[in-house]
Amino acid sequence: MKFLSQLISGISLGSIYSLIALGYTMVYGIAKMLNFAHGDVIMIGAFVIYTLCVTAGLPTIICVLIAIVFCTLLGVTIERFAYKPLRQATSLAVLITAIGVSYLLQNVALLIFGSDTKSFTSVVTIDPISFAGGELVISGETIVTIIVSVIIMIALVIFVNKSKPGKAMLAVSEDKGAAQLMGINVNGTIALTFAIGSALAAIAGALLCSTYPALSPYTGAMPGIKAFVAAVLGGIGSIPGAMIGGIVLGVIENLSKGYISSQLSDAIVFAVLIVVLLVRPTGIMGKKINEKV
Amino acid sequence: MANKSNNSPLVKKKTMRPVTKQNLITYVMVIAVFTLFQTLSATGNLKYAHKALLVPVCTSIIMAVSLNLVVGVLGELSLGHAGFMCVGAYAGSFFSVLTEDVITVSWLRFILAFVIAAVCASVAGILIGIPVLRLKGDYLAIVTLAFGEIIKTIVNALYIGKDADGFHVTLDSTKLNIAADGQIILKGPQGITGTPKDSNFVVGFILIMITLFIVTNLMDSRTGRAIMSIRDNRIAAESVGIDITKYKLMVFTISAALAGCAGVLYSHNISTLTATTSNFGYNMSILVLVYVVLGGLGNIRGSIISATILYALPELLRGFSEYRMLIYAIILIVMMIVNNGTYFVKIKEKIFYNFSSKIKKDKKEVI
Repeated sequence: MKFLSQLISGISLGSIYSLIALGYTMVYGIAKMLNFAHGDVIMIGAFVIYTLCVTAGLPTIICVLIAIVFCTLLGVTIERFAYKPLRQATSLAVLITAIGVSYLLQNVALLIFGSDTKSFTSVVTIDPISFAGGELVISGETIVTIIVSVIIMIALVIFVNKSKPGKAMLAVSEDKGAAQLMGINVNGTIALTFAIGSALAAIAGALLCSTYPALSPYTGAMPGIKAFVAAVLGGIGSIPGAMIGGIVLGVIENLSKGYISSQLSDAIVFAVLIVVLLVRPTGIMGKKINEKV
Repeated sequence: MANKSNNSPLVKKKTMRPVTKQNLITYVMVIAVFTLFQTLSATGNLKYAHKALLVPVCTSIIMAVSLNLVVGVLGELSLGHAGFMCVGAYAGSFFSVLTEDVITVSWLRFILAFVIAAVCASVAGILIGIPVLRLKGDYLAIVTLAFGEIIKTIVNALYIGKDADGFHVTLDSTKLNIAADGQIILKGPQGITGTPKDSNFVVGFILIMITLFIVTNLMDSRTGRAIMSIRDNRIAAESVGIDITKYKLMVFTISAALAGCAGVLYSHNISTLTATTSNFGYNMSILVLVYVVLGGLGNIRGSIISATILYALPELLRGFSEYRMLIYAIILIVMMIVNNGTYFVKIKEKIFYNFSSKIKKDKKEVI
């Protein structure tokens, strides 16, 4: 029973990683950049919900919706002012700018909210469900996280493969120049990708802070890095890869916390990544890159 | 005979090679700054708070120069450089604490600590270098980040003690089984306490000079040119018979050893050595990467200047207290956009076009 409950909470944590990793992987697929500021968008989203719930006392669902809108706008703004001028620059220059944006978001949050850790009120109000006479208890947060993640992932796959803007995203990630020649608005598509990624980050922030209710300006950093690892594990640029990578990572993290050592769980997660990359250098679902001479 | 050859028009007047000249400027700059600050500090014109910055600045310079070897010269993105520093710091401190009673000559102990730290860090460098041979680009970056985090996590969980029976190594503090007269050197998350405070500005300066000597000579050698050819075109380099595996591993090892030495300098400057996200985590690796990129990839002097300024900047902005990191972040973003943004690059080109074409040529050569 312990194994089952560890597994379920691992899947729940993994779904949150997947949601964050989707943002990383979509941005990477289209703009070929590692958006280090993505983890901090999660933190900003959580702070928006915290502020609205505590100070304005709005219903949670409205708080979450406002946070999603806020993060979407934030993501688009960051893209417009920090990344768009660097479209032609080297990937390293964009990476450093993303790090700068990450510092900026953390310090803005630090100035507004202070460095002390706030206790986040869960946005989920569902009672926990007990199985097998109370031996296996699944919390409301876990249920909501898994359900919300599954819905989002299905919707995202349908959106990308069936809708016109989604197909445009695929086209831009395949070949920017050719996509432009086919009449696709490349800049608009990139902005849309950032918008979707940031909206997912806001949802992930709400779910993450509901499960682990401690909120500080540095909350987003470690889940951000872990989700980045998940995206690479699954094959960066691949949407199903991000989902699988996130869930695998979450399950491994929780199982190693439960059975091996809670201190070493991070080391185990990273070691798994290295082993997987040694066997499959482009991740689980990654495409093999053919070298052109 | 000698007179004849001197008068011959075929023998040109011996001029200094541009590379040698550039390196000489770098050495002179470092020596001048060292002399300036050493005089200021000796005559008591330096505030205590600023004096405390001298050794950490040396550490960050060595970190930046050694990372530049990997990122700028070899052309591989590494996000785990702080991990090597961590290995060096712990190995050096461990040795110093262990032998404090045995080796009483402090300078000898300190030198041995550097040697041991460099060896340990190089072993870590080789361990990371092996997967490097299979991976490219961003995948490599994430693996180095993962290695750095693994090192940090492990030293935070490790307990090492010594008594009459020898060493006791464990991951669980309750299972250390150490005798009453034994000494616990590495105390997991509490780290290593009581490292002798051997670091000072002079040692930092000597270490910077050694680092510079190693890196500039490497870059100017046959090996260095081979390494740079891998960066510029890996396939072309391979096709002319350059052993990519060997050179990549070599760069990682040298860079790791230098970072390990920086770690010793760091750990012998503080009383309690612990591994946190801000000193040995990916944050530190990223910070060093920022120094390297802003200083200019492959430009050693640039790394030294940017490491000094960027390390000192948050301290100099103390007057703005809580806004200082915010200002730092904005400066970073604006500098990146002005240096690399399409719009600004076009403006710069326009300005340069109006000058004579010679300036443009010189500018290109410097780059």
